[in-house]
Amino acid sequence: MFSKEEIAQRIAKEIKDGYYVNLGIGIPTLVANYIPKGINVVLQSENGLLGMGPFPFEGEEDADLINAGKQTITTLPGSSIFDSAMSFGMIRAQKVDLTILGAMEVSENGDIANWKIPGKMVKGMGGAMDLVASAKNIIVAMQHINKAGESKLLPKCTLPLTGVKCIKKIVTELAVLDILTEGGFKLLERAPGVSIEFIQQSTAGRLVVEGEIPEMRLD
Amino acid sequence: MINKVVSGAEDAIKDISDGATLMLGGFGLCGIPENCINALVNKQVKNLTCISNNAGVDDFGIGLMLKQRQVKKMISSYVGENAEFERQLLSGELEVDLIPQGTLATRCLAAGYGMPAIFTPAGVGTEVAEGKEVRNFDGKDYLMEYAFDADFAIVKAWKGDTAGNLIFRSTSRNFNPIMAMAGKVTIAEVEELVEAGELDPDYIHTPGIYVHRIFQGKDYEKRIEQRTLRKVQ
Repeated sequence: MFSKEEIAQRIAKEIKDGYYVNLGIGIPTLVANYIPKGINVVLQSENGLLGMGPFPFEGEEDADLINAGKQTITTLPGSSIFDSAMSFGMIRAQKVDLTILGAMEVSENGDIANWKIPGKMVKGMGGAMDLVASAKNIIVAMQHINKAGESKLLPKCTLPLTGVKCIKKIVTELAVLDILTEGGFKLLERAPGVSIEFIQQSTAGRLVVEGEIPEMRLD
Repeated sequence: MINKVVSGAEDAIKDISDGATLMLGGFGLCGIPENCINALVNKQVKNLTCISNNAGVDDFGIGLMLKQRQVKKMISSYVGENAEFERQLLSGELEVDLIPQGTLATRCLAAGYGMPAIFTPAGVGTEVAEGKEVRNFDGKDYLMEYAFDADFAIVKAWKGDTAGNLIFRSTSRNFNPIMAMAGKVTIAEVEELVEAGELDPDYIHTPGIYVHRIFQGKDYEKRIEQRTLRKVQ
């Protein structure tokens, strides 16, 4: 089974040279640590920054320079700053090549729920609904099963939706899966030591298994 | 040159009265109009509708107005990190309209550009779409969202001049320029106010036509919400 860091490491392999990438909060943030060496990638932060750099060293933090998670950050050579409308303009116009975000549930037709649990304090959707509605390429980083052992890959989401028919790829602690246009989770890779049977048991939605399923590699 | 300068925050907000709709710039605590918020707290105006991406924290930013129950309704995209907010929301004292962040930003933009509405795919097929007109363009559905109508927009800039021109610094820009464009009356507080002519016209982010009142703020705390540091190797 993969750790959160290993999920991030596997997702980082999907990032290609020249990509503009938006990383959500949680596991997606960790992806920045594993971007392959030798490729040029620009990170977008939806509060209005392209070219997000690492966290600052102590004493160099700047209250005017934060990311969408409100953390202090730095810029890089080539960075640019813009207002919130332009930030979502470039997202809506599909200038951002890849969006990586977390989810509470994903359905076999690509619906995603990640912003609200009825009965609990609702904090809001932030930029998640804009990102999922517009991005051409979204990878979801999530846990396959919740703490109670129940699947989060479902025939239909039970929680309020963030977006419909928008997710194409999922990386979990157990597997890498594509969502088929006709519906269903197509198993592409499994985490080292995890059996297809276990993935089947852990997937409530329709799982499609065809041919040999290789183990995920991180190198 | 038209002079937009007022003496300070109290003067700038003097005609904001109970029941007003306000836009407040900032993202989290970054780039919020600290001086005007403090003046609104002192003035104790009530029943306000506040359009702002976030709602501050318990003891800073819009959180200070919430604590005094000055806010009737919040229109925001994300409102975590505030216990008093949560208490008022759950008890029904506070009304909250949560909307996608890009929709919030673009509804400001539309107001500043003189357009009555926008079409956005954000929220299609979710509860955000309930009761809204859906239009299909090239096979994809979009929601119609109206431009905001705010009595006052209150923004914070880095530098400004006596003609109301504004320059923002780093990511404290966020919602400030688009809200500045969207208010019927726009109030700008700046860290440094200079004479008209001292700022290069090529580097102005918000032209003075959008700004009605400007003053140099004082005692900026600029609180950091998530101080995150890199370890020295």
